[in-house]
Amino acid sequence: MNRRPVAYDGVAVCCPVTVPYVRYSPETAHWWAGAALSALAGRTGLGPADIDGFCFASFSSGPDTVVGMIQHLGLSPSWMDHIPTGGASGVMAMRRAARAVQSRDAEIVVCLAADTNHVDSFRQTLAGFSRFSQDAMYPYGFGGPNATFALITDNYMRTYGIGRESFAKLCVAQRANALSNPHALMKHPLSFEQYMTSRVISDPVHLLDCVMPCAGAEAFIVTTEEKAESLGLPAASIMATIERHNAFPEDPVQVRGGWARDVDTLWNAAGCGPEDMDTIQFYDDYPVIVAMQMEDLGFCRKGEVAGFIDRHDFTVSGSMPLNTNGGQLSAGQAGAAGGFQNVTEALRQVLHSPLGAQVPDARRVLVSGFGLVNYDRGVCTGAAVLEGVN
Amino acid sequence: MSRLGHVSPGLRSRAARAMAVRAGQGRFVLQVCAGCSVATYPPRDRCPQCWGELRWADQPHTAVLLAETTVRATTDNFYREHLPWRIGTVQLDAGPTAVAHLHSDVAVGDQVRMRLVLDRGGNPAMFALPLKETPHMQDDPQLRVFTSAPKHRRVLVTDGRTKLGQEVAYALLEAGASTVFLGNSDRLLRYDGEDQIASTPHVDVVPLDLTDNRSVSELGGLLGGRVDIIVNTAGYVRPGGVSVGSRLATLQTAMDVNASGLMRLAQAFCPAMGARSDDGVNSASAFVDINFVYAMTGNAGFAGFSASAAARQSLIAGLRGEMTSVGIRVASVLCGPIDDEWHQAVPLPKVAPSRIAKAVVQALQDGLEEAYVGDIAEDLAKRWRQDPLLTMREENL
Repeated sequence: MNRRPVAYDGVAVCCPVTVPYVRYSPETAHWWAGAALSALAGRTGLGPADIDGFCFASFSSGPDTVVGMIQHLGLSPSWMDHIPTGGASGVMAMRRAARAVQSRDAEIVVCLAADTNHVDSFRQTLAGFSRFSQDAMYPYGFGGPNATFALITDNYMRTYGIGRESFAKLCVAQRANALSNPHALMKHPLSFEQYMTSRVISDPVHLLDCVMPCAGAEAFIVTTEEKAESLGLPAASIMATIERHNAFPEDPVQVRGGWARDVDTLWNAAGCGPEDMDTIQFYDDYPVIVAMQMEDLGFCRKGEVAGFIDRHDFTVSGSMPLNTNGGQLSAGQAGAAGGFQNVTEALRQVLHSPLGAQVPDARRVLVSGFGLVNYDRGVCTGAAVLEGVN
Repeated sequence: MSRLGHVSPGLRSRAARAMAVRAGQGRFVLQVCAGCSVATYPPRDRCPQCWGELRWADQPHTAVLLAETTVRATTDNFYREHLPWRIGTVQLDAGPTAVAHLHSDVAVGDQVRMRLVLDRGGNPAMFALPLKETPHMQDDPQLRVFTSAPKHRRVLVTDGRTKLGQEVAYALLEAGASTVFLGNSDRLLRYDGEDQIASTPHVDVVPLDLTDNRSVSELGGLLGGRVDIIVNTAGYVRPGGVSVGSRLATLQTAMDVNASGLMRLAQAFCPAMGARSDDGVNSASAFVDINFVYAMTGNAGFAGFSASAAARQSLIAGLRGEMTSVGIRVASVLCGPIDDEWHQAVPLPKVAPSRIAKAVVQALQDGLEEAYVGDIAEDLAKRWRQDPLLTMREENL
């Protein structure tokens, strides 16, 4: 199984778009998807006839899948895909789109995630989320993902002797980063004390460990280098990607994600290592998952993340700029767009067109995805190394 | 404020419903693969190791608690009233891990005893108990949500004129029931055991004739909002065949007591019980029907009576559906011939009323839906699970 993945030669990733989030929206996922396309059109001049690939992710577009969405929005693509993996959907969409472009199944692929958030959306999404969760997880106190991640966090803290102080440092840094992002839902600085004393939601998960569900949309374009250039779009290239689902089912409680299985593949293909990253954009629905990724993606050894967090500064100007737009923890989680926002932010940083503050001289970025708590753990993982073409 | 009878979230797969059937029998089961013998959880439709067919099988009910959390926020109306709520991840000795409700006496690292219980909506749930009995273990507020323990509850026992009704009343009081309302269908006619039961503290003899619409609805009006558990001990048993040795009137009376009586009772009491299913410590919680195991097969020599028992069992299935949606457990305690005056000609073994009473209390404390009492009933149930049609043949030929 040691087949080396083919390099992503000639593929360009460009034009990150974020439709500003709102906490609640009476609009539909279709409306938000249309808003993202409209923003893309404004930047590129592309119309429905120009887009021949479409990769879509959403939790709230039901009953429509990508099929309903392309007809709704007037597209006629030669290639399309629907990614149901939530927090892993951004990396996966980019990965699939890149191969479609490389193989000439499509030339201009729009990757788009859109979700609305009605007043009762969150409860409804949970109630019918997955068969295992409805049979064997949510009826247990109905704490939703907060309770699932509380069990993961409880076990992780006990097993590796990590305290909430470590998580606090990540959350406080991300909030500091969010303050320069005009779209972030969280507008006020967060202190260590505020984090530590925030309300308990499901021990040991406190309020400020949880993301705020909201409505929003994210999109980007995957195309050829030539096309990007002819459209005048600055583009990044893909150095390497990985993807894994349902890794380590034998772990009684999740202490690692699929990244741990594929990390060597990732860095070998990228031809560089964690130390070469100028910024990291990690999936951050609960800080414990950010910590896990630092270990599983090779930044430190398993069980040593507390020391790693201690040694680094995760703000935009720090030694390890993390989730520079504030991440989902401070910018908001717009459903499946939560799995896209770190891809668009990664692109902005290496293309030097940030929403907020710029990581100085950012050239290489690691972006990760983590999605779908089908039952007791996140099932889907992915990661990608991107490089700005300077 | 009296609390609405919310029920915990009810959407489940067909496999989970199959698990519920076993949970209602008090069994701790998981699916095991017919091909590779590996146990799996959550309920699946195919084995995740080899894609073989899955069968339900009893499993060792011990586990270790790996992680825990206390849920303090929820979007669900039922759990909102019960927060904070403790759950945990357990490593089952049977193989898989599971998320479980936690008894307050268990902690991370503990060996625990697992029970498969039914929640108020009739769905299966893993519950982790201390390995060894702890003081007042049954009083755990989370456990009490899944059981119908008689402790602190007011119970209506429908027929106190029989040894069975009286034994059930004594057993309930022994288990901590606060009051037993004991039905008496004919106040002018004395009966065995009357003096002792009528003078027992916390027993309240009430007029109740299940064959009389007015009698039942009057008592329902009087007690409906105050009864937390009903145990229907009424039963009309007479020998007789279908074509020979029988009178039509026997069947008609048996139907009137056993089937129509149950329906009268349900109509008079169940709506009020459903409204109080989540109303604090002594919430309304269960309807127990003591019926005869021949409801499942018929029985030579007791044909008309068995037919009425079958009708009664069918009504119980319907009532279970209705009451599950409002959070009331409906249980059948099925027995063979009782050691009483109507089974004098029947050879041993016969089941003693005190043993049935014990089974009723056990069914309530464990939150069961189905229990078989005595050797005859247990044997018939075993044969029925193997081959229902053969069992019917054996009971009638």
